[in-house]
Amino acid sequence: MADQGRRDFIGMVFGGVAAVGGVASLYAMKRTWDPLPSVMAAGFTTVDLSPMKEGEFRTVQWRGKPIFILKKSKEMKKCDDRDLMVGNEDYLIAIGLCTHLGCIPAWEADKQIFKCACHGGEFDACGVNTFGPPPRPLDIPPFKIEGTKLVLGEEGPEYKKLVGKA
Amino acid sequence: MAHFEKANSVGEWLDQRLAVNKLMKVMMTEYWIPKNINFLWAMGVVLMTMFTVLLISGIFLLMYYKPDTKLAFDSVNYTIMQEVYFGWLWRHMHAVAASVVFLVIYIHMFTAIYYGSYKRGREMIWISGMLLFVTFSAEAFSGYMLPWGQMSYWAAQVITNLFGGIPFIGDELVIWIRGNFYVADSTLTRFFMLHVLLLPLVIMGIIGLHFYSLRIPHVNNQEGEEIDFDAEAEKYKAGQKKESKVIPFWPVFLSKDLFVMGVFMIFYFYLVFYHYNFAMDPINFDPANPMKTPAHIYPEWYFLWSYEVLRGFFFDVGPIAAMDIGLAAFGIANVIFFLMPVLDRSPVVKPAHKRGPFFIWFWILVVDMIVLTIWGKLPPTGINAWIGFFATIVFLVSLLVALPAITKKEAERAGGAA
Repeated sequence: MADQGRRDFIGMVFGGVAAVGGVASLYAMKRTWDPLPSVMAAGFTTVDLSPMKEGEFRTVQWRGKPIFILKKSKEMKKCDDRDLMVGNEDYLIAIGLCTHLGCIPAWEADKQIFKCACHGGEFDACGVNTFGPPPRPLDIPPFKIEGTKLVLGEEGPEYKKLVGKA
Repeated sequence: MAHFEKANSVGEWLDQRLAVNKLMKVMMTEYWIPKNINFLWAMGVVLMTMFTVLLISGIFLLMYYKPDTKLAFDSVNYTIMQEVYFGWLWRHMHAVAASVVFLVIYIHMFTAIYYGSYKRGREMIWISGMLLFVTFSAEAFSGYMLPWGQMSYWAAQVITNLFGGIPFIGDELVIWIRGNFYVADSTLTRFFMLHVLLLPLVIMGIIGLHFYSLRIPHVNNQEGEEIDFDAEAEKYKAGQKKESKVIPFWPVFLSKDLFVMGVFMIFYFYLVFYHYNFAMDPINFDPANPMKTPAHIYPEWYFLWSYEVLRGFFFDVGPIAAMDIGLAAFGIANVIFFLMPVLDRSPVVKPAHKRGPFFIWFWILVVDMIVLTIWGKLPPTGINAWIGFFATIVFLVSLLVALPAITKKEAERAGGAA
Protein backbone atom coordinates (compact mmCIF):
# COMPACT_ATOMS: atom_id res chain seq x y z
CA MET A 1 0.00 0.00 0.00
CA ALA A 2 2.83 2.40 0.81
CA ASP A 3 4.21 1.57 -2.61
CA GLN A 4 0.89 2.45 -4.25
CA GLY A 5 0.85 5.79 -2.47
CA ARG A 6 4.31 6.55 -3.77
CA ARG A 7 3.29 5.68 -7.33
CA ASP A 8 0.23 7.89 -7.11
CA PHE A 9 2.39 10.72 -5.83
CA ILE A 10 4.90 10.34 -8.67
CA GLY A 11 2.02 10.18 -11.12
CA MET A 12 0.57 13.41 -9.80
CA VAL A 13 3.96 15.12 -9.83
CA PHE A 14 4.45 14.05 -13.44
CA GLY A 15 0.97 15.31 -14.31
CA GLY A 16 1.73 18.63 -12.66
CA VAL A 17 5.03 19.08 -14.51
CA ALA A 18 3.39 18.14 -17.81
CA ALA A 19 0.52 20.55 -17.18
CA VAL A 20 2.92 23.44 -16.48
CA GLY A 21 4.84 22.66 -19.66
CA GLY A 22 1.62 22.34 -21.65
CA VAL A 23 0.21 25.63 -20.45
CA ALA A 24 3.54 27.39 -21.08
CA SER A 25 3.65 26.00 -24.64
CA LEU A 26 0.05 27.03 -25.33
CA TYR A 27 0.84 30.53 -24.08
CA ALA A 28 3.87 30.72 -26.39
CA MET A 29 1.74 29.50 -29.32
CA LYS A 30 -0.98 32.02 -28.53
CA ARG A 31 1.55 34.86 -28.36
CA THR A 32 3.14 33.79 -31.65
CA TRP A 33 -0.13 34.56 -33.44
CA ASP A 34 -0.57 37.91 -31.66
CA PRO A 35 -0.04 41.00 -33.83
CA LEU A 36 3.67 41.92 -33.93
CA PRO A 37 4.94 44.97 -32.03
CA SER A 38 5.49 46.77 -35.33
CA VAL A 39 1.83 46.20 -36.17
CA MET A 40 0.65 47.38 -32.75
CA ALA A 41 2.76 50.52 -33.10
CA ALA A 42 1.33 51.24 -36.58
CA GLY A 43 1.28 55.05 -36.69
CA PHE A 44 -1.45 57.56 -36.32
CA THR A 45 -3.21 59.01 -39.32
CA THR A 46 -3.78 62.76 -39.46
CA VAL A 47 -6.42 64.23 -41.74
CA ASP A 48 -6.94 67.93 -42.31
CA LEU A 49 -10.69 68.50 -42.36
CA SER A 50 -10.59 72.18 -43.41
CA PRO A 51 -10.45 71.67 -47.21
CA MET A 52 -13.57 69.48 -47.20
CA LYS A 53 -16.64 70.95 -48.83
CA GLU A 54 -20.16 70.61 -47.52
CA GLY A 55 -21.70 67.30 -48.46
CA GLU A 56 -18.28 65.89 -49.40
CA PHE A 57 -17.54 62.28 -48.59
CA ARG A 58 -14.08 60.80 -48.39
CA THR A 59 -12.39 57.67 -47.23
CA VAL A 60 -9.00 57.60 -45.54
CA GLN A 61 -6.99 54.58 -44.46
CA TRP A 62 -6.07 53.94 -40.86
CA ARG A 63 -4.54 50.70 -39.62
CA GLY A 64 -5.52 49.12 -42.91
CA LYS A 65 -9.17 50.02 -42.40
CA PRO A 66 -11.21 52.51 -44.36
CA ILE A 67 -12.39 55.50 -42.31
CA PHE A 68 -15.46 57.34 -43.59
CA ILE A 69 -15.54 61.10 -43.23
CA LEU A 70 -18.69 62.89 -44.35
CA LYS A 71 -18.99 66.62 -43.99
CA LYS A 72 -22.68 67.19 -43.62
CA SER A 73 -24.57 69.82 -45.51
CA LYS A 74 -27.61 71.61 -44.13
CA GLU A 75 -30.08 69.17 -45.66
CA MET A 76 -28.43 66.02 -44.39
CA LYS A 77 -29.72 64.07 -41.47
CA LYS A 78 -28.17 65.14 -38.20
CA CYS A 79 -27.79 63.11 -35.05
CA ASP A 80 -26.61 64.82 -31.93
CA ASP A 81 -25.24 61.68 -30.37
CA ARG A 82 -23.17 60.51 -33.34
CA ASP A 83 -22.05 63.64 -35.17
CA LEU A 84 -18.70 65.25 -34.53
CA MET A 85 -18.74 69.01 -34.30
CA VAL A 86 -15.51 70.76 -35.26
CA GLY A 87 -16.17 74.45 -34.80
CA ASN A 88 -19.56 74.88 -36.42
CA GLU A 89 -19.02 72.11 -38.92
CA ASP A 90 -20.78 68.84 -38.65
CA TYR A 91 -19.03 65.54 -39.53
CA LEU A 92 -19.71 61.84 -39.54
CA ILE A 93 -16.59 59.86 -38.60
CA ALA A 94 -16.87 56.08 -38.73
CA ILE A 95 -14.93 52.92 -39.48
CA GLY A 96 -16.12 52.03 -42.97
CA LEU A 97 -16.66 48.36 -42.33
CA CYS A 98 -20.14 46.92 -42.20
CA THR A 99 -20.81 45.73 -38.66
CA HIS A 100 -22.23 42.50 -40.05
CA LEU A 101 -19.22 40.82 -41.62
CA GLY A 102 -16.84 43.62 -42.46
CA CYS A 103 -17.39 44.51 -46.12
CA ILE A 104 -17.02 48.17 -47.10
CA PRO A 105 -20.42 49.82 -47.70
CA ALA A 106 -20.61 52.33 -50.53
CA TRP A 107 -21.89 55.90 -50.01
CA GLU A 108 -24.86 56.47 -52.27
CA ALA A 109 -25.05 60.24 -52.31
CA ASP A 110 -28.39 60.43 -54.11
CA LYS A 111 -30.12 58.27 -51.50
CA GLN A 112 -28.04 59.51 -48.58
CA ILE A 113 -27.27 55.98 -47.41
CA PHE A 114 -24.34 53.64 -47.01
CA LYS A 115 -25.22 50.43 -48.81
CA CYS A 116 -23.28 47.21 -48.28
CA ALA A 117 -23.28 45.01 -51.37
CA CYS A 118 -22.38 41.85 -49.48
CA HIS A 119 -25.57 41.23 -47.54
CA GLY A 120 -27.67 44.24 -48.36
CA GLY A 121 -27.09 46.09 -45.10
CA GLU A 122 -27.90 49.82 -45.08
CA PHE A 123 -26.77 52.67 -42.83
CA ASP A 124 -28.09 56.22 -42.85
CA ALA A 125 -26.01 59.40 -42.99
CA CYS A 126 -25.42 59.07 -39.26
CA GLY A 127 -23.95 55.59 -39.71
CA VAL A 128 -26.95 54.02 -37.99
CA ASN A 129 -28.07 50.63 -39.34
CA THR A 130 -31.50 50.96 -40.94
CA PHE A 131 -31.94 47.74 -42.89
CA GLY A 132 -30.55 44.23 -43.24
CA PRO A 133 -28.37 42.09 -41.02
CA PRO A 134 -25.93 44.66 -39.50
CA PRO A 135 -26.50 44.44 -35.73
CA ARG A 136 -25.26 47.90 -34.73
CA PRO A 137 -24.31 51.29 -36.17
CA LEU A 138 -20.91 51.76 -37.79
CA ASP A 139 -18.13 51.83 -35.19
CA ILE A 140 -16.43 55.09 -34.34
CA PRO A 141 -12.62 54.95 -34.45
CA PRO A 142 -10.59 56.49 -31.62
CA PHE A 143 -9.59 60.02 -32.57
CA LYS A 144 -8.69 63.42 -31.24
CA ILE A 145 -9.09 66.88 -32.68
CA GLU A 146 -6.21 69.32 -33.10
CA GLY A 147 -7.63 72.53 -34.51
CA THR A 148 -9.09 71.48 -37.84
CA LYS A 149 -7.07 68.28 -37.92
CA LEU A 150 -8.40 64.86 -37.12
CA VAL A 151 -5.84 62.48 -35.55
CA LEU A 152 -6.93 58.84 -35.76
CA GLY A 153 -5.58 56.34 -33.23
CA GLU A 154 -5.72 58.36 -30.03
CA GLU A 155 -8.69 58.77 -27.74
CA GLY A 156 -9.20 62.51 -27.32
CA PRO A 157 -11.87 64.19 -25.15
CA GLU A 158 -14.17 64.63 -28.16
CA TYR A 159 -14.07 60.90 -28.81
CA LYS A 160 -14.80 60.04 -25.19
CA LYS A 161 -17.70 62.44 -25.15
CA LEU A 162 -19.12 60.95 -28.35
CA VAL A 163 -18.76 57.31 -27.34
CA GLY A 164 -19.88 58.00 -23.78
CA LYS A 165 -23.11 59.40 -25.13
CA ALA A 166 -23.57 57.00 -28.03
CA MET B 1 15.64 -12.17 -30.11
CA ALA B 2 13.13 -13.87 -32.31
CA HIS B 3 14.33 -16.78 -34.44
CA PHE B 4 14.72 -16.10 -38.16
CA GLU B 5 15.08 -18.70 -40.92
CA LYS B 6 17.08 -17.89 -44.02
CA ALA B 7 14.69 -16.29 -46.49
CA ASN B 8 14.39 -17.70 -50.02
CA SER B 9 12.96 -14.57 -51.64
CA VAL B 10 12.65 -10.84 -51.10
CA GLY B 11 8.96 -11.35 -50.31
CA GLU B 12 9.75 -13.94 -47.67
CA TRP B 13 12.49 -11.75 -46.21
CA LEU B 14 10.01 -8.85 -45.88
CA ASP B 15 7.29 -11.15 -44.54
CA GLN B 16 9.55 -12.32 -41.72
CA ARG B 17 10.27 -8.74 -40.71
CA LEU B 18 7.06 -6.84 -41.54
CA ALA B 19 4.41 -9.58 -41.74
CA VAL B 20 3.49 -8.32 -45.22
CA ASN B 21 1.45 -11.42 -46.05
CA LYS B 22 -0.76 -10.89 -43.03
CA LEU B 23 -1.02 -7.18 -43.78
CA MET B 24 -2.10 -7.92 -47.37
CA LYS B 25 -4.78 -10.25 -46.08
CA VAL B 26 -6.14 -7.78 -43.52
CA MET B 27 -6.05 -4.79 -45.86
CA MET B 28 -6.82 -6.36 -49.20
CA THR B 29 -7.34 -10.03 -50.04
CA GLU B 30 -9.37 -10.85 -46.91
CA TYR B 31 -11.02 -7.50 -46.45
CA TRP B 32 -14.58 -8.52 -47.28
CA ILE B 33 -16.96 -6.32 -49.24
CA PRO B 34 -20.66 -7.15 -49.77
CA LYS B 35 -21.60 -8.00 -53.35
CA ASN B 36 -24.74 -5.91 -53.57
CA ILE B 37 -23.34 -2.41 -53.58
CA ASN B 38 -23.60 -0.03 -56.51
CA PHE B 39 -21.34 2.57 -58.11
CA LEU B 40 -22.14 5.10 -55.38
CA TRP B 41 -19.90 3.08 -53.07
CA ALA B 42 -16.93 3.87 -55.29
CA MET B 43 -16.95 7.51 -54.17
CA GLY B 44 -14.49 6.79 -51.36
CA VAL B 45 -11.86 5.60 -53.81
CA VAL B 46 -12.64 8.54 -56.10
CA LEU B 47 -12.10 10.89 -53.16
CA MET B 48 -8.82 9.22 -52.27
CA THR B 49 -7.71 9.71 -55.88
CA MET B 50 -8.75 13.36 -55.86
CA PHE B 51 -6.86 13.93 -52.62
CA THR B 52 -3.75 12.41 -54.17
CA VAL B 53 -4.15 14.65 -57.24
CA LEU B 54 -4.50 17.67 -54.96
CA LEU B 55 -1.42 16.68 -52.98
CA ILE B 56 0.79 16.16 -56.04
CA SER B 57 -0.41 19.21 -58.01
CA GLY B 58 -0.10 21.21 -54.76
CA ILE B 59 3.54 20.18 -54.35
CA PHE B 60 4.32 21.45 -57.84
CA LEU B 61 2.50 24.75 -57.22
CA LEU B 62 4.31 25.14 -53.91
CA MET B 63 7.66 25.31 -55.69
CA TYR B 64 6.84 28.66 -57.31
CA TYR B 65 4.18 30.19 -55.07
CA LYS B 66 5.29 33.04 -52.82
CA PRO B 67 3.32 33.59 -49.59
CA ASP B 68 3.82 37.35 -49.43
CA THR B 69 1.06 39.91 -50.03
CA LYS B 70 3.34 41.78 -52.46
CA LEU B 71 4.32 38.71 -54.46
CA ALA B 72 1.52 36.16 -54.11
CA PHE B 73 -0.77 37.45 -56.88
CA ASP B 74 1.98 37.61 -59.52
CA SER B 75 3.60 34.36 -58.45
CA VAL B 76 0.31 32.64 -59.31
CA ASN B 77 -0.99 34.68 -62.24
CA TYR B 78 2.31 35.44 -63.90
CA THR B 79 5.02 32.99 -62.82
CA ILE B 80 2.98 29.82 -62.52
CA MET B 81 0.50 30.58 -65.30
CA GLN B 82 2.86 32.13 -67.86
CA GLU B 83 6.43 31.09 -67.13
CA VAL B 84 6.53 27.70 -65.46
CA TYR B 85 6.33 24.88 -67.99
CA PHE B 86 2.98 23.16 -67.39
CA GLY B 87 2.36 25.55 -64.48
CA TRP B 88 -1.14 26.14 -65.89
CA LEU B 89 -1.77 22.40 -65.80
CA TRP B 90 -0.95 22.08 -62.09
CA ARG B 91 -3.00 25.12 -61.26
CA HIS B 92 -6.05 24.00 -63.19
CA MET B 93 -5.76 20.45 -61.87
CA HIS B 94 -5.51 21.81 -58.34
CA ALA B 95 -8.39 24.28 -58.69
CA VAL B 96 -10.73 21.88 -60.49
CA ALA B 97 -9.94 19.02 -58.09
CA ALA B 98 -10.60 21.34 -55.12
CA SER B 99 -14.04 22.03 -56.57
CA VAL B 100 -15.11 18.56 -57.75
CA VAL B 101 -13.81 16.96 -54.56
CA PHE B 102 -16.74 18.66 -52.83
CA LEU B 103 -19.19 17.38 -55.41
CA VAL B 104 -17.99 13.85 -54.68
CA ILE B 105 -18.00 14.45 -50.91
CA TYR B 106 -21.65 15.55 -51.14
CA ILE B 107 -22.55 12.47 -53.21
CA HIS B 108 -20.67 10.33 -50.68
CA MET B 109 -22.53 11.96 -47.77
CA PHE B 110 -25.95 11.69 -49.32
CA THR B 111 -25.32 8.08 -50.31
CA ALA B 112 -24.64 7.36 -46.65
CA ILE B 113 -27.81 9.18 -45.63
CA TYR B 114 -29.90 7.43 -48.29
CA TYR B 115 -28.79 3.94 -47.29
CA GLY B 116 -28.59 4.62 -43.54
CA SER B 117 -24.87 3.92 -43.42
CA TYR B 118 -24.42 6.08 -40.32
CA LYS B 119 -26.45 3.76 -38.09
CA ARG B 120 -26.00 0.78 -35.82
CA GLY B 121 -22.29 0.25 -35.37
CA ARG B 122 -21.30 2.52 -38.24
CA GLU B 123 -21.51 5.80 -36.27
CA MET B 124 -17.75 6.30 -36.22
CA ILE B 125 -17.56 5.98 -40.00
CA TRP B 126 -20.06 8.81 -40.26
CA ILE B 127 -18.44 10.98 -37.58
CA SER B 128 -14.92 10.57 -38.95
CA GLY B 129 -16.31 11.32 -42.41
CA MET B 130 -17.92 14.52 -41.15
CA LEU B 131 -14.60 15.48 -39.51
CA LEU B 132 -13.04 15.04 -42.94
CA PHE B 133 -15.71 17.24 -44.48
CA VAL B 134 -15.00 20.01 -41.97
CA THR B 135 -11.20 19.81 -42.38
CA PHE B 136 -11.60 19.72 -46.17
CA SER B 137 -13.70 22.89 -45.88
CA ALA B 138 -10.96 24.60 -43.86
CA GLU B 139 -8.39 23.35 -46.36
CA ALA B 140 -10.40 24.67 -49.30
CA PHE B 141 -10.97 28.03 -47.67
CA SER B 142 -7.32 28.52 -46.66
CA GLY B 143 -6.25 27.62 -50.20
CA TYR B 144 -8.77 29.95 -51.81
CA MET B 145 -7.07 32.83 -50.00
CA LEU B 146 -3.58 32.20 -51.30
CA PRO B 147 -3.73 33.77 -54.81
CA TRP B 148 -4.50 37.07 -53.01
CA GLY B 149 -7.10 38.26 -55.49
CA GLN B 150 -10.11 40.38 -54.56
CA MET B 151 -12.35 37.40 -53.83
CA SER B 152 -9.58 35.76 -51.79
CA TYR B 153 -9.17 38.90 -49.76
CA TRP B 154 -12.84 39.52 -49.06
CA ALA B 155 -13.52 35.87 -48.35
CA ALA B 156 -10.77 36.05 -45.74
CA GLN B 157 -12.23 39.28 -44.40
CA VAL B 158 -15.73 37.81 -44.05
CA ILE B 159 -14.73 34.40 -42.71
CA THR B 160 -12.33 35.79 -40.10
CA ASN B 161 -14.99 38.32 -39.16
CA LEU B 162 -17.39 35.46 -38.37
CA PHE B 163 -15.35 34.80 -35.23
CA GLY B 164 -16.25 38.33 -34.11
CA GLY B 165 -19.73 36.96 -33.38
CA ILE B 166 -18.42 34.89 -30.47
CA PRO B 167 -19.52 36.61 -27.25
CA PHE B 168 -16.99 38.61 -25.15
CA ILE B 169 -13.76 37.61 -26.91
CA GLY B 170 -14.94 38.01 -30.53
CA ASP B 171 -13.22 41.28 -31.46
CA GLU B 172 -9.86 40.34 -29.96
CA LEU B 173 -10.11 36.84 -31.44
CA VAL B 174 -10.47 38.29 -34.93
CA ILE B 175 -7.32 40.42 -34.48
CA TRP B 176 -5.50 37.38 -33.08
CA ILE B 177 -6.47 35.15 -35.99
CA ARG B 178 -5.45 37.81 -38.51
CA GLY B 179 -2.31 38.86 -36.66
CA ASN B 180 -3.20 42.43 -37.58
CA PHE B 181 -6.08 44.86 -37.42
CA TYR B 182 -7.03 43.86 -40.95
CA VAL B 183 -6.43 40.90 -43.24
CA ALA B 184 -2.73 41.39 -43.89
CA ASP B 185 0.55 39.64 -44.62
CA SER B 186 0.51 37.82 -41.28
CA THR B 187 -2.93 36.42 -42.17
CA LEU B 188 -1.69 35.19 -45.56
CA THR B 189 1.42 33.47 -44.18
CA ARG B 190 -0.40 31.65 -41.39
CA PHE B 191 -3.17 30.48 -43.71
CA PHE B 192 -0.44 29.33 -46.10
CA MET B 193 1.04 27.25 -43.27
CA LEU B 194 -2.39 25.78 -42.49
CA HIS B 195 -3.05 24.99 -46.15
CA VAL B 196 0.24 23.30 -47.01
CA LEU B 197 1.21 21.66 -43.74
CA LEU B 198 -1.05 21.47 -40.72
CA LEU B 199 -4.42 20.78 -42.35
CA PRO B 200 -3.09 18.20 -44.86
CA LEU B 201 -1.46 16.37 -41.95
CA VAL B 202 -4.72 16.41 -40.02
CA ILE B 203 -6.64 15.25 -43.12
CA MET B 204 -4.27 12.33 -43.67
CA GLY B 205 -4.67 11.32 -40.04
CA ILE B 206 -8.47 11.42 -40.27
CA ILE B 207 -8.43 9.51 -43.58
CA GLY B 208 -6.57 6.77 -41.70
CA LEU B 209 -9.20 6.84 -38.95
CA HIS B 210 -12.03 6.86 -41.51
CA PHE B 211 -10.68 3.74 -43.24
CA TYR B 212 -10.04 2.00 -39.96
CA SER B 213 -13.55 2.82 -38.70
CA LEU B 214 -14.88 0.93 -41.72
CA ARG B 215 -12.85 -2.22 -41.16
CA ILE B 216 -14.74 -3.49 -38.11
CA PRO B 217 -18.48 -2.86 -38.77
CA HIS B 218 -17.80 -3.42 -42.50
CA VAL B 219 -19.36 -1.71 -45.48
CA ASN B 220 -23.14 -1.30 -45.58
CA ASN B 221 -25.00 -2.56 -48.66
CA GLN B 222 -27.87 -1.61 -50.97
CA GLU B 223 -30.48 -3.49 -48.92
CA GLY B 224 -29.11 -2.55 -45.49
CA GLU B 225 -28.87 -6.30 -44.93
CA GLU B 226 -27.02 -7.52 -41.88
CA ILE B 227 -24.36 -9.90 -43.16
CA ASP B 228 -22.42 -12.44 -41.10
CA PHE B 229 -19.08 -11.53 -42.63
CA ASP B 230 -17.15 -14.37 -40.99
CA ALA B 231 -19.54 -17.04 -42.25
CA GLU B 232 -19.76 -15.55 -45.74
CA ALA B 233 -15.97 -15.19 -45.90
CA GLU B 234 -15.58 -18.88 -45.01
CA LYS B 235 -17.92 -19.76 -47.88
CA TYR B 236 -15.87 -17.67 -50.28
CA LYS B 237 -12.59 -19.16 -49.12
CA ALA B 238 -14.08 -22.65 -49.44
CA GLY B 239 -14.67 -21.96 -53.12
CA GLN B 240 -18.43 -21.23 -52.90
CA LYS B 241 -17.89 -17.87 -54.54
CA LYS B 242 -21.37 -17.75 -56.03
CA GLU B 243 -23.20 -18.55 -52.80
CA SER B 244 -21.10 -16.17 -50.70
CA LYS B 245 -22.50 -12.68 -50.20
CA VAL B 246 -19.04 -11.16 -50.02
CA ILE B 247 -16.01 -10.67 -52.23
CA PRO B 248 -12.46 -9.62 -51.32
CA PHE B 249 -11.53 -5.96 -51.67
CA TRP B 250 -8.49 -6.87 -53.75
CA PRO B 251 -8.53 -7.76 -56.57
CA VAL B 252 -12.25 -8.47 -57.10
CA PHE B 253 -14.01 -5.42 -55.70
CA LEU B 254 -11.38 -2.86 -56.62
CA SER B 255 -11.85 -3.66 -60.31
CA LYS B 256 -15.34 -2.13 -60.07
CA ASP B 257 -13.98 0.87 -58.17
CA LEU B 258 -11.32 1.36 -60.80
CA PHE B 259 -13.93 1.37 -63.56
CA VAL B 260 -15.96 4.10 -61.81
CA MET B 261 -12.74 5.98 -61.14
CA GLY B 262 -11.77 5.74 -64.80
CA VAL B 263 -15.08 7.26 -65.90
CA PHE B 264 -14.74 9.96 -63.26
CA MET B 265 -11.19 10.83 -64.28
CA ILE B 266 -12.31 11.34 -67.90
CA PHE B 267 -14.93 13.79 -66.62
CA TYR B 268 -12.33 15.44 -64.38
CA PHE B 269 -9.73 15.95 -67.11
CA TYR B 270 -12.45 17.16 -69.48
CA LEU B 271 -13.10 19.91 -66.93
CA VAL B 272 -9.37 20.56 -66.39
CA PHE B 273 -8.70 21.05 -70.09
CA TYR B 274 -11.91 22.57 -71.38
CA HIS B 275 -13.90 24.04 -68.51
CA TYR B 276 -11.37 25.01 -65.84
CA ASN B 277 -12.96 28.45 -65.68
CA PHE B 278 -15.84 27.30 -63.53
CA ALA B 279 -13.37 26.98 -60.66
CA MET B 280 -11.88 30.43 -61.31
CA ASP B 281 -13.92 33.44 -60.24
CA PRO B 282 -13.26 36.42 -62.57
CA ILE B 283 -13.17 38.78 -59.58
CA ASN B 284 -10.19 36.85 -58.24
CA PHE B 285 -8.12 38.06 -61.18
CA ASP B 286 -8.15 41.55 -59.64
CA PRO B 287 -5.37 41.90 -57.05
CA ALA B 288 -6.56 42.17 -53.44
CA ASN B 289 -7.53 45.68 -52.39
CA PRO B 290 -8.36 46.25 -48.70
CA MET B 291 -9.98 49.59 -49.53
CA LYS B 292 -12.54 48.37 -52.05
CA THR B 293 -15.17 45.64 -51.68
CA PRO B 294 -16.34 43.99 -54.90
CA ALA B 295 -19.99 44.77 -55.66
CA HIS B 296 -21.13 41.24 -54.94
CA ILE B 297 -19.21 38.68 -52.95
CA TYR B 298 -20.07 35.03 -52.55
CA PRO B 299 -18.13 31.88 -51.72
CA GLU B 300 -17.37 28.96 -54.03
CA TRP B 301 -20.43 26.90 -54.99
CA TYR B 302 -19.85 24.20 -52.36
CA PHE B 303 -20.21 26.66 -49.47
CA LEU B 304 -23.23 28.50 -50.88
CA TRP B 305 -25.85 26.50 -48.97
CA SER B 306 -24.36 27.29 -45.57
CA TYR B 307 -23.66 30.87 -46.67
CA GLU B 308 -27.36 31.23 -47.50
CA VAL B 309 -28.27 29.83 -44.07
CA LEU B 310 -25.95 32.46 -42.56
CA ARG B 311 -27.76 35.31 -44.27
CA GLY B 312 -31.23 33.72 -44.38
CA PHE B 313 -32.38 35.66 -41.33
CA PHE B 314 -32.40 39.26 -42.44
CA PHE B 315 -34.70 40.75 -39.81
CA ASP B 316 -34.49 40.91 -36.03
CA VAL B 317 -36.74 38.66 -34.00
CA GLY B 318 -37.72 40.51 -30.84
CA PRO B 319 -34.56 41.40 -28.94
CA ILE B 320 -32.31 39.04 -30.93
CA ALA B 321 -30.35 40.66 -33.74
CA ALA B 322 -30.68 39.14 -37.22
CA MET B 323 -26.91 38.69 -37.36
CA ASP B 324 -26.81 36.61 -34.20
CA ILE B 325 -29.63 34.35 -35.41
CA GLY B 326 -27.81 33.97 -38.72
CA LEU B 327 -24.56 33.09 -36.97
CA ALA B 328 -26.32 30.59 -34.73
CA ALA B 329 -28.09 29.00 -37.73
CA PHE B 330 -24.79 28.88 -39.60
CA GLY B 331 -23.16 27.22 -36.60
CA ILE B 332 -25.98 24.66 -36.46
CA ALA B 333 -25.75 24.03 -40.23
CA ASN B 334 -22.07 23.21 -39.86
CA VAL B 335 -22.44 20.72 -37.02
CA ILE B 336 -25.95 19.32 -37.52
CA PHE B 337 -24.87 16.53 -39.87
CA PHE B 338 -22.49 15.22 -37.20
CA LEU B 339 -25.62 14.38 -35.23
CA MET B 340 -27.27 12.24 -37.91
CA PRO B 341 -26.83 9.02 -35.89
CA VAL B 342 -28.68 10.69 -32.99
CA LEU B 343 -31.30 12.61 -34.97
CA ASP B 344 -32.34 9.45 -36.82
CA ARG B 345 -34.02 7.57 -33.99
CA SER B 346 -35.03 4.52 -35.96
CA PRO B 347 -32.91 1.36 -35.84
CA VAL B 348 -34.07 0.41 -39.34
CA VAL B 349 -31.16 0.17 -41.78
CA LYS B 350 -32.75 0.19 -45.21
CA PRO B 351 -32.47 2.28 -48.35
CA ALA B 352 -34.65 5.40 -48.16
CA HIS B 353 -37.14 4.16 -50.79
CA LYS B 354 -38.10 1.37 -48.40
CA ARG B 355 -38.60 3.70 -45.46
CA GLY B 356 -41.72 5.65 -46.54
CA PRO B 357 -41.70 9.14 -44.96
CA PHE B 358 -37.91 9.10 -44.66
CA PHE B 359 -37.72 8.89 -48.48
CA ILE B 360 -39.79 12.07 -48.84
CA TRP B 361 -37.73 13.74 -46.12
CA PHE B 362 -34.52 12.82 -47.92
CA TRP B 363 -35.56 14.39 -51.22
CA ILE B 364 -36.92 17.51 -49.52
CA LEU B 365 -33.52 17.94 -47.88
CA VAL B 366 -31.68 17.46 -51.19
CA VAL B 367 -33.95 19.90 -53.05
CA ASP B 368 -33.76 22.42 -50.19
CA MET B 369 -29.97 22.33 -50.22
CA ILE B 370 -29.97 22.89 -53.98
CA VAL B 371 -32.33 25.86 -53.50
CA LEU B 372 -30.04 27.23 -50.77
CA THR B 373 -27.07 26.79 -53.10
CA ILE B 374 -28.72 28.63 -55.98
CA TRP B 375 -30.09 31.48 -53.86
CA GLY B 376 -26.76 31.73 -52.03
CA LYS B 377 -25.32 33.21 -55.19
CA LEU B 378 -28.14 35.66 -55.91
CA PRO B 379 -28.22 39.14 -54.38
CA PRO B 380 -30.14 38.97 -51.09
CA THR B 381 -32.75 41.57 -51.93
CA GLY B 382 -36.52 41.57 -52.38
CA ILE B 383 -38.09 38.19 -53.07
CA ASN B 384 -34.67 36.49 -53.00
CA ALA B 385 -34.27 37.36 -49.33
CA TRP B 386 -37.61 35.66 -48.57
CA ILE B 387 -36.82 32.54 -50.57
CA GLY B 388 -33.52 32.31 -48.72
CA PHE B 389 -35.33 32.75 -45.43
CA PHE B 390 -37.89 30.00 -46.10
CA ALA B 391 -35.26 27.61 -47.46
CA THR B 392 -33.26 28.18 -44.29
CA ILE B 393 -36.33 27.45 -42.16
CA VAL B 394 -37.03 24.28 -44.15
CA PHE B 395 -33.42 23.19 -43.68
CA LEU B 396 -33.43 23.70 -39.92
CA VAL B 397 -36.90 22.25 -39.37
CA SER B 398 -36.31 19.17 -41.51
CA LEU B 399 -33.17 18.22 -39.63
CA LEU B 400 -34.02 19.33 -36.10
CA VAL B 401 -37.75 18.52 -35.98
CA ALA B 402 -38.94 16.42 -38.91
CA LEU B 403 -36.16 13.84 -38.92
CA PRO B 404 -36.46 12.84 -35.24
CA ALA B 405 -40.28 12.81 -35.52
CA ILE B 406 -40.41 10.68 -38.69
CA THR B 407 -37.85 8.19 -37.46
CA LYS B 408 -39.44 7.88 -34.03
CA LYS B 409 -42.69 6.82 -35.69
CA GLU B 410 -40.74 4.41 -37.86
CA ALA B 411 -39.06 2.93 -34.80
CA GLU B 412 -42.50 2.35 -33.21
CA ARG B 413 -43.79 0.63 -36.35
CA ALA B 414 -40.67 -1.53 -36.57
CA GLY B 415 -41.06 -2.41 -32.89
CA GLY B 416 -44.75 -3.29 -33.42
CA ALA B 417 -44.03 -5.46 -36.45
CA ALA B 418 -41.33 -7.48 -34.75
